[in-house]
Amino acid sequence: MTFVAKPKTHHPKLPRNELGLTRRDYEGAVSTLCAGCGHDSVSAAIIQACHELSIPAHRVAKLSGIGCSSKTPTYFLGKSHGFNSVHGRMPSVATGANMANRELYYIGISGDGDSASIGLGQFAHIVRRRINMTYVVDNNGTYGLTKGQFSATNDKGSTSKKGVPNLYEPIDLAMMAIQIGATFVARSFSGDKEQLVPLLKAALKHEGFAFLDVISPCVAFNNHNGSTKSYEYVRGHSSALALADLIPTRDAIEVDYAPGAAEDVAMPDGSTLRLRKLRDDYDPRNRVTAMDTLMRMNEKGEIVTGLLFLDDDPSDCHEILGTVDEPLASLGEAELCPGSERLETINAAFR
Amino acid sequence: MTVPIQAVNDFVIKFANVNGSGSASANGMFAKALFRMGIPCAPRNIFPSNIQGLPTWFEVRVSEAGHLGRREGIDLMVAMNAETYADDVAEVRPGGFLLHDSTKPFPKALRRDDVTFIGVPIAELILHEFSDPKQRQLFKNIVYVGALAELLQIEWDVLTGMLEEQFKGKEKLIGPNVRALEIGRDYARDYLETPLPIRVRRCDGVGDSILIDGNTAAALGFLWGGATVAAWYPITPSTSLAEAFEQHASKLRKDPGSDRHRFAVLQAEDELSAIGMVIGAGWNGARSFTATSGPGLSLMQEFLGLAYFAEIPAVLVDVQRAGPSTGMPTRTQQSDLLLAAYASHGDTKHVLLLPSTPKECFDFAVEALDLAERLQTPIMIMTDLDLGMNDHISPPFQWDDARRYDRGKVLDADGLEQVKDWGRYLDVDGDGIGWRTLPGTHPEKGSFFTRGTSRDEYAKYTERGEIYQRNMERLQKKWATAATLVPKAEIREGAKSKPCGVIFYGTSAPPMPEALAALKQQGIDLDSMRVRGFPFGAEVYEFIERHEEVFVIEQNRDGQLRSLLVIEGDIDPARLVPVLHYDGMPLSAQVVERQIAEHFAAMRKPRLSEVTP
Repeated sequence: MTFVAKPKTHHPKLPRNELGLTRRDYEGAVSTLCAGCGHDSVSAAIIQACHELSIPAHRVAKLSGIGCSSKTPTYFLGKSHGFNSVHGRMPSVATGANMANRELYYIGISGDGDSASIGLGQFAHIVRRRINMTYVVDNNGTYGLTKGQFSATNDKGSTSKKGVPNLYEPIDLAMMAIQIGATFVARSFSGDKEQLVPLLKAALKHEGFAFLDVISPCVAFNNHNGSTKSYEYVRGHSSALALADLIPTRDAIEVDYAPGAAEDVAMPDGSTLRLRKLRDDYDPRNRVTAMDTLMRMNEKGEIVTGLLFLDDDPSDCHEILGTVDEPLASLGEAELCPGSERLETINAAFR
Repeated sequence: MTVPIQAVNDFVIKFANVNGSGSASANGMFAKALFRMGIPCAPRNIFPSNIQGLPTWFEVRVSEAGHLGRREGIDLMVAMNAETYADDVAEVRPGGFLLHDSTKPFPKALRRDDVTFIGVPIAELILHEFSDPKQRQLFKNIVYVGALAELLQIEWDVLTGMLEEQFKGKEKLIGPNVRALEIGRDYARDYLETPLPIRVRRCDGVGDSILIDGNTAAALGFLWGGATVAAWYPITPSTSLAEAFEQHASKLRKDPGSDRHRFAVLQAEDELSAIGMVIGAGWNGARSFTATSGPGLSLMQEFLGLAYFAEIPAVLVDVQRAGPSTGMPTRTQQSDLLLAAYASHGDTKHVLLLPSTPKECFDFAVEALDLAERLQTPIMIMTDLDLGMNDHISPPFQWDDARRYDRGKVLDADGLEQVKDWGRYLDVDGDGIGWRTLPGTHPEKGSFFTRGTSRDEYAKYTERGEIYQRNMERLQKKWATAATLVPKAEIREGAKSKPCGVIFYGTSAPPMPEALAALKQQGIDLDSMRVRGFPFGAEVYEFIERHEEVFVIEQNRDGQLRSLLVIEGDIDPARLVPVLHYDGMPLSAQVVERQIAEHFAAMRKPRLSEVTP
């Protein structure tokens, strides 16, 4: 980490978005993570995605649990409210927050320890409930903040820094998310900004539960030979099957893909989600074939990245519950209190 | 020969049934009929942790004098479960009565000379009248209510009127139900000596009261108080609170235009998640609550510490049940007080509200939502199974349409523009409470990071000891503010204080007037105080100060309320005498009377003339 404060002045020629803001306006505090940590790249990608989408930062709520990954909301979107909750329980806090105000963007940042171990139950249930949010797991296969214990996403046989192999089967959170109802599931790599930023943009605009499993190497404890979550290993063993690009309406849609390989999905806000299939036999809109392909490639030790699954007509928890359009937190006595007359009828019913 | 008990509007009747046989609604109808005749009564369901097959009981204390605490001994037993005959016979007071189904003879070995046995061949009567096996089972219960109507002189129109109300919309069910009542009544009229020496008589004892359980009352309080997010996990005896909220909100909280809900109820995957959701919603500006019981409160500890330290509004109802671990899940106790007061690790303290009637469950639910936002901290309402799940006679609920919700210190966009030096945890008003902001308020100002880690007044992370300590001291100041805001204790003492007093809370209150009256007859005259909130207000300590000795009456083994008084008030433990009851049944006046009288007897030193020969 660095202790040099960031300069507050901007380069005058930094590109500005529709709100007239530069990328710098979306930054947060200086990171306290290790130099080279994958998580900082994920934060940078979130900053870029929000800037490019012209999302007003104060309309974003950032929530996290505990761990290295969960510290990162401090390092992006300094004008957003953030909530660093308790270990593994960000999903419930995010659920409550989302119930209170459905109008904000919700970004949840978690780690593999936070979501796959202590918080696996809450992770599963937020997926089921389809909370409208972008849920990112910075997945490094290790407990960084407590110095290098294996996490539950660490591959069997992958070794610790000291060469000790992991003896247990890994949990694939992306696979779980597909199985139990997520409507947008992607896997990416913190070192591949070209792929990650468009996926984040598509996830942020997705009006349902969007899950991103981002392999994000831990330079301190899990970046050695023998680790399957090192920069080198992930670069050498991953390939994308499908990608998603978000095209704002104002941009002309250029046709530069092979016919049949790209499909456009209209988004509720007027933008277009361009789905790019990189393999003919992979249909990211079919839960069953998506899982089948993932399992087959996992067995071969290949890391599948890109857009894994998309339900292009998603529903979210507010739709399921039939809540009103206005944020529940904004309602006052007039909308909420049935009043004294109704209370008299209640009294009468109990006499 | 024992003389049969003679009593009008002053007796205890107990129904012994098999769980899942439909007895609960018939027994409830019995109690409600007395209530509608203006007779004060207190029904108590004593049920097993089981859906079908185990023994279950329903006790009704009838008292024109208004003594509605539990009373020991049964005057009339309605013994409908052969499996528990032996225990049920044993519980009847000498001179009491036992009604049984005489289709099969009552075992001779269990008969008592000092009890009047009343046989009604219920199964046989049903057999001739109804052919549907399900109806045969259900109507057995209605038949004994019919027989009791004749034996005890319950007004017939009251009973049939209730059936008409109950089956409104399903009118074809009224006929067979009334017929079942008639079968019981006619048998009693034709073959039994009626009325019994114990009976009921219409009186004017309930006024405009309502008969309702505390869980429903609290749910309605949350509805009127503006709660919009409810998150919960099923656990006896709190489940019916969340269910009542959803049921009533579905009718009363719909957007008239779209028919959509102005509330969200989430059945969580566990209690950790339930309280997490409440905290998330509270952080984001919604009024939110959860309901749970002891095991759930144990699970919620970590999150309660977060809400205390990060200062987030949250409301929790703990409908207490008996025992450590799973304990006796269908019995009542006041044994979570310490767990709630100091929930979570580190230096934490929590605000508790202690209702003792359904009316207070309603009022305190509203109050808790206000206090949570005012104090930016969790507020726990401590009820118990007896208050939560049993119907109680209660003053009716009231609502002042001019009442406004207290949303506490929240800066909106205009407010942020005006404030020069805003810090989330700055104590600008001197009450220990900072001004908070909600996400999404202002494009440039007011964002901050909420965290369970230590931070400074501007919500910036810090590990500097003096700043941590300063923050903890501010929280202590907020605690002092809380003591001025929670409901005041209810004190009863004459113009001149008596030497001794009693302190109690919650469901230990109903038997107290009866116990104090009985003690007074023995020459023991006591002042009394019912505490209604924690932190204790100054009036609580002043009451103790005015008395040489104070009995602390509560339903747990360890004297938890007494411990809180000693810890928080720095009171000499010798002045606080524990009066404890913890068998899982509601407290009776007799237990209080006995323990206090024994204490005075033990304290009375023998006179010299008594020990010297």
